[in-house]
Formats: sequence, C-alpha cells, structure tokens
Amino acid sequence: MNWTAIADYLPLYEKAAVLTVKLGVLGIFFAIIIGLICAVIQYYHIPVLKTIAGFYIELSRNTPLLIQLFFIYYGLPKVGISISPSVCGVSGLAFLGGSYMAEAFRSGLEAIEPIQTESAYSLGMSRIQTMRYVILPQAFSISVPAFMANVIFLLKETSVFSAVSLMDLMFTAKDLIGLYYKTTECLFLLVVFYLIILLPVSLLGSLLERRLKYAKPGA
Amino acid sequence: MQNLGLEVLFKGKNMIRLLGGLWVALKISLISVAISIPLGILLGAMMTWKNPIVKAILRIYLEFIRIMPQMVLLFVFYFETTKAFGWDLSGETASIIVFILWGAAEMSDLVRGAFESIPKHQYESAEALGFTRAQTLTYIIIPQTLRRLLPLSINLITRMIKTTSLVLMIGVVEVLKVAQQIIEANRMTSPNAAFGVYLTIFIMYFLACWPISMLARYLEKKWR
Repeated sequence: MNWTAIADYLPLYEKAAVLTVKLGVLGIFFAIIIGLICAVIQYYHIPVLKTIAGFYIELSRNTPLLIQLFFIYYGLPKVGISISPSVCGVSGLAFLGGSYMAEAFRSGLEAIEPIQTESAYSLGMSRIQTMRYVILPQAFSISVPAFMANVIFLLKETSVFSAVSLMDLMFTAKDLIGLYYKTTECLFLLVVFYLIILLPVSLLGSLLERRLKYAKPGA
Repeated sequence: MQNLGLEVLFKGKNMIRLLGGLWVALKISLISVAISIPLGILLGAMMTWKNPIVKAILRIYLEFIRIMPQMVLLFVFYFETTKAFGWDLSGETASIIVFILWGAAEMSDLVRGAFESIPKHQYESAEALGFTRAQTLTYIIIPQTLRRLLPLSINLITRMIKTTSLVLMIGVVEVLKVAQQIIEANRMTSPNAAFGVYLTIFIMYFLACWPISMLARYLEKKWR
C-alpha cells in the first residue's frame, strides 16, 4: 500500500464524494415527492391517475438504473430533449426511486385499518384532518424500515452515474487506475469512501427501526 | 414525426445480436442465482446458530457485501484478484463470482428474516404437543418459512437480472455493449439510432423482469 499516493488522491475522492452525496440526496428528495404522490393516488383510487401510476411503478421497478440512464442520456437527445449529466443522474435516480418509495409509503398506508378512518370521520374530522392526525403518523412509523432500505439502495445506485460521465467516486477511481495503475490504493479509497457515506445511513436505519418498533399501532 | 432510429433494429442481424447480448446478461444472472440461493440458505441457517464466532464472521461478511454498491464489488474483485493473486479472470467469470457472493449474502438475510418471523409460540406449542426438534422443523417451521421465502427469492432473481446490466463496466460484451456497437456502426445512415436501440433494451429488460415480479406478487398474495 502506497500511502503517499493515497494522500495525493484524497482531495480528488473528497470532491467526488461530495458530488455523489449531493446528487444522491437531490435524487432521493425528488423520489420521495414522486413516491408520496403515487402512494396517495393509489390509496384514494383516483381513476385514470391510478392506472398511470401503476404503469409507471411497474416500468421503473423492472428496469435497471443503468439502462434508464443510457436511455435518458444518449437516447432522449435524439428526439430533442438534451440535458446535462447531473440533471440526467438526478432525474434517473428520481425515476427509479419514485416507485420504490411509492411502494414503501403505500404499504404503510394500507397497514392502517379502515376502521381508523371510519372512526375519525364519525368523530367529525375532515378528510384532511384524518390524513394529517390519524393516518400519516401511523403510516409513517410503519414505512420507516422500507424507507431507510430504499435510501441506502438509492445511495448505492449512484455508483452507476459514472456511466453518463459524471465525476462521481466510481468515475474517479476508474480514471485514476487508468492514469497511474495504482489499483490497490484506488480501490481501497473507493471502498473507504463508500463506507463513510453508507455506514452512518445504515446505522441510523437500524436505530430508527428499533425505536419505532415500540410505536406500532396496537402493540 | 421525427426519425426514431428504429429501422436500425431490422437491418441485418441487429435484433438477433441484441437478443444474444441480453442472453449473456440473463445467463450470468441465472447461473449466479442457481448457486447463490442454496448457498444463501446454508449461510442463513448458520446465522441461527448460537456460536458467537461463526455469527460474528458471517455478520461482518453479510453487512460488508450488502452495504457496498455492486459496482464497487465488481471492480474490487475484477482488478484486485488480477493484481494480488495474478488470476486472469474473464469479465464473465469475475461477475458470476461477485454475483454469487452478493446473492448469497442477500439470500441468507432473507432466510434469517423468514426464520425470525416465525413466532416463538410455534416452537413451544410443537414441543408441548410432543414433537421432537426434527419433527418441529420439518412439519411446522420449514413449511411456513418456505412460504415466506419463495416470493422473496423470486424477487431476488429480478434484482439479479437488473444488476447484471453493470457487467458492461468490466468489459463483458452484453446487451448494452452490443447496442453501442450497433449505434456506432450505423452512425452515418441513421444518426438517431441511439433512441430506438436504447428504448428497445429498456423494453427488453422490462419484459424479462416483469413476469417474474408478477409471479412473486401473486405468490405473496396467495400465501399471506
């Protein structure tokens, strides 16, 4: 292991890690929004939108992110939709993540028995109040484990971004290996940086899961 | 209407070549799944042992493999084995080994989850009814575990198929590489080929994974 080389590469990896996290967080943010919209549409059985949401979820869950990115980045410009690599990365991640988030939220919403809604209505609560004070708090704690698993999954998926020439961790590692042939050092740094990004999220996930076990309705 | 570049697919053997590329990806994932499912069941069963050393080693292996992006695992394995041990693995062999390691880790976690989801009173009731330990496992625990496990392992197959798209990055000639070749070769005659070809691959992957997901969902509903 050549430690001076590692010290030399460190700033490059730091920059790449910041970019990876930035794009990952942005993508996950939009994925949460898409997921919430889809989950609410499916929960209320809104006619036409429900079919569209279902179709989108199947399409996005059954195709790999790499293919989605290739289509967005290389395919779409041919029909006049040109976007920059980072927008492409974020929108790809949001497209993929939206369906996973939708499934997580939906299973949370569906776990709340109809009697809760009925009771809230009979107590004179409006539809929005029922959602805000009765359904969402419970659904949230149920969907946390799936939600955190999705966050980790999506952060891991950012490693595919290098395919659309984004200078993320993977790209930096590949680039440095190609330039200096210090394979071991480059790959070591790559693993370390991904651990730095992913371990805290994973630990937070198991911590939340353990705490929310006691917040389950009826338990 | 703009030219969508779909005509490239019908030129010569292009469609057959794309399907051949998809087959390479599917082959890698099917071989990996076939080996990693039994291996994962074995590891998952070992996770329920009481031996703390076995447990700790398995735990570290499992967490490390599951937390690393599969792309990183591919790179580390593909480049490091060459450098450290001098193995000259082909991209295909390296990816199969990596996917087996990853699949076994995921599978063992599913097995552990399925075992843990069986309430303790099932064991106790069986014991109270005079079942031996082996009888309890064969007649009560394993049938219930299998029901929970089967939809999840079918889902693992689709995840595996989706993940194999990454092998492009270590130089395996699979469907995306073939697509790049086709697009490159037809650059002059149909400049819009990228749209049609990548759209086709998108749909191909969907058609490969969707029926499997539907089967998993059907079993999940049926056996709930």
